[in-house]
Amino acid sequence: MAYQWDFTPVVANAPLLAQGLVNTLKITGVSLGCGLVLGLAFALMRLSPRPWLRLPAGFVIEVFRTTPPLVQLFWVFFALPLIAGIELTPFMAAIVTFSIQSGAFFAEVFRAGIQSIERGQWDGARAIGMNHAQAMQRIILPQAIKRMIPAFLERSIELMKTTTLVATIAYADLLFEANEISQKTFRPLETFTVVALIYFVVIFVVSLLARQLERRLAVSGENTVH
Amino acid sequence: MKWDFASVFDNTDALLAGAAGTLRLFAICLVCGLSLGLVVGLGRYARSKWLYWPATAFVEFFRNTPVLVQILWFYFALPILLPFTINPLAAAALGISLNSAAFSAEIYRGGIQSIDKGQWDGARAIGMGWGQAMRRIILPQAIKRMLPALTNRAIEIFKMSTLASAVAYVELLQQGKLIASLNFNPIEAYTAVAVIFFVFLWPLVQFTYVLERRLGRSE
Amino acid sequence: MSLLQVRGLTKRFGKTDVLRGIDLDVQPGERIAILGASGSGKSTLLRCLNFMEMPDVGTVTLDGKVIGPSGKYRESELTQVRQRVGMVFQQFNLFPHMTAVGNVMEGLRTVRRQSKAEARTRAEKELARVGLADKAETYPAHLSGGQKQRVAIARALAMDPEMLLFDEPTSALDPELVGEVLNVIRSLADEGRTMLLVTHELGFAYHVATRIIFLADGTIHEQGTPDEVLKNPRQERTRAFLASHKQFSF
Repeated sequence: MAYQWDFTPVVANAPLLAQGLVNTLKITGVSLGCGLVLGLAFALMRLSPRPWLRLPAGFVIEVFRTTPPLVQLFWVFFALPLIAGIELTPFMAAIVTFSIQSGAFFAEVFRAGIQSIERGQWDGARAIGMNHAQAMQRIILPQAIKRMIPAFLERSIELMKTTTLVATIAYADLLFEANEISQKTFRPLETFTVVALIYFVVIFVVSLLARQLERRLAVSGENTVH
Repeated sequence: MKWDFASVFDNTDALLAGAAGTLRLFAICLVCGLSLGLVVGLGRYARSKWLYWPATAFVEFFRNTPVLVQILWFYFALPILLPFTINPLAAAALGISLNSAAFSAEIYRGGIQSIDKGQWDGARAIGMGWGQAMRRIILPQAIKRMLPALTNRAIEIFKMSTLASAVAYVELLQQGKLIASLNFNPIEAYTAVAVIFFVFLWPLVQFTYVLERRLGRSE
Repeated sequence: MSLLQVRGLTKRFGKTDVLRGIDLDVQPGERIAILGASGSGKSTLLRCLNFMEMPDVGTVTLDGKVIGPSGKYRESELTQVRQRVGMVFQQFNLFPHMTAVGNVMEGLRTVRRQSKAEARTRAEKELARVGLADKAETYPAHLSGGQKQRVAIARALAMDPEMLLFDEPTSALDPELVGEVLNVIRSLADEGRTMLLVTHELGFAYHVATRIIFLADGTIHEQGTPDEVLKNPRQERTRAFLASHKQFSF
């Protein structure tokens, strides 16, 4: 006998799914913002001539690029509070983990972008009396950031997919709500199919926008870094 | 705060079982993902729209959904449509392999497209067919350029293997969870798991850096 | 008193000594052309004078004040020097994300902290001086090489430098664009500006410079008036260098 599909239980729980999607976007957005700031800081530290800035930044970047995100999340959620004597909600743990993690990836994007700017730009900036910070802020970064946009977008999409991991520490994101609804309604096939499609639509739209932007940058003759 | 790793070392057997599970899943997904990816990648490169569109839809769908969602779908949803159940290993292997196939398909396609058109001309001029040219002339050159991206994919597959813990497949993180809950030592248990992953992956990551640098120099 | 005094200037890159103990005095209003084969250290000498490269040994004294000591330069000290000693590069080094007028305003705005209106008035004046008043809103990508180099000169002039350094300003240009840049430099010479110029345009050097320096192996091999060095060189290597530059015509 063929399986009778029935989406009504899923539709009935639409508000829960909507709330889950909002939470997913919240974690993505906050981690992205913090990750960009951290990434720039890590990159500037790693490019610094001072070893006490360069080495710790290198260590954090390597560790967070080299270990699985889910292990990082579990460590931050279960181990860090005991070590630091603090309490972390699942939301906070997710923000901490994903901010540092995307910061580690963004740092390498920033570094590649900054290093892709030709030396003559530094020369030009210094020749009119700019110091290092002024040259970085006014001349180097504005050019570098334009080249980094595609890599940033790609990372942001990866981050959005990675946020599903928070479901494993019981934060009510879209995937967690899906699991709840499927257990409550005994309709896992419909629920997980709908949720997979929601993820697909949201991420696909962002991907298309990213590709459009990348094409525009390519047309305007901009180099990009990855 | 006193660190005590004795409680972790007492559970070496459990961690070894976890490591074996991680490596088994990694090997399955690496082989299936990268070889299926080649098939899909060639489909994306094909002129026939009967090959091109399904391959493209596959790539877009699996690149744009989270792996964890796929694994849970295969574990909880798919069995309803099938006359048999799906065990955790099969669900995780399916999700990770299909995702890796979608990503590596794009690597293959990009690598093949990066080869100069003259190479095709040269191969055809000595009477080679499409398949011969691809196998003997194009792929050997393209593989060299794709190597850093492919090793990167392998690293990602290794990291993704932890997602299998969500369906209670016995791998390293799952065993870490187990040890932490039995011995009340989450700090040591999760730190040990993190260190084990770092030790496995660090050489691979460094190797990829070397490949990337060498490629950057030679091109 | 000399505007710029250099004593025992030495610069190494790795194991190679690029400059070996250069002594040089520049008087206000002097125009010095520096000649030499490629690799003789001309550009490095110029770049050491505004500390784009740090000298390894030796002192640079600007207007009676010693910069340094060598090896212990403060960033604020060097940015001061670079504002007083302007530089124009072979590759222009314009900022591609800013318009022509934006390039010229940048030092005034960011370094001098001038108001936007003030910087703009000044920048437009400098662009007009190099004949590019109508290109103020154009981005560097849409300027010819000669126009780019004139914008770069305007950018240097806007900082009111006491001295200008030109590092092969026409070497990257198509032959037909060289003239417009040389004309601008000549008009600056006519104003009595102090300048040091690394160039391969021997004819231009002959007519514009007050002194010629011939550099070889990181030392000043021969120097004197243009007539002395270019018409009656005393040193064998200077003669050989001049003979190899056949386009030299008076």
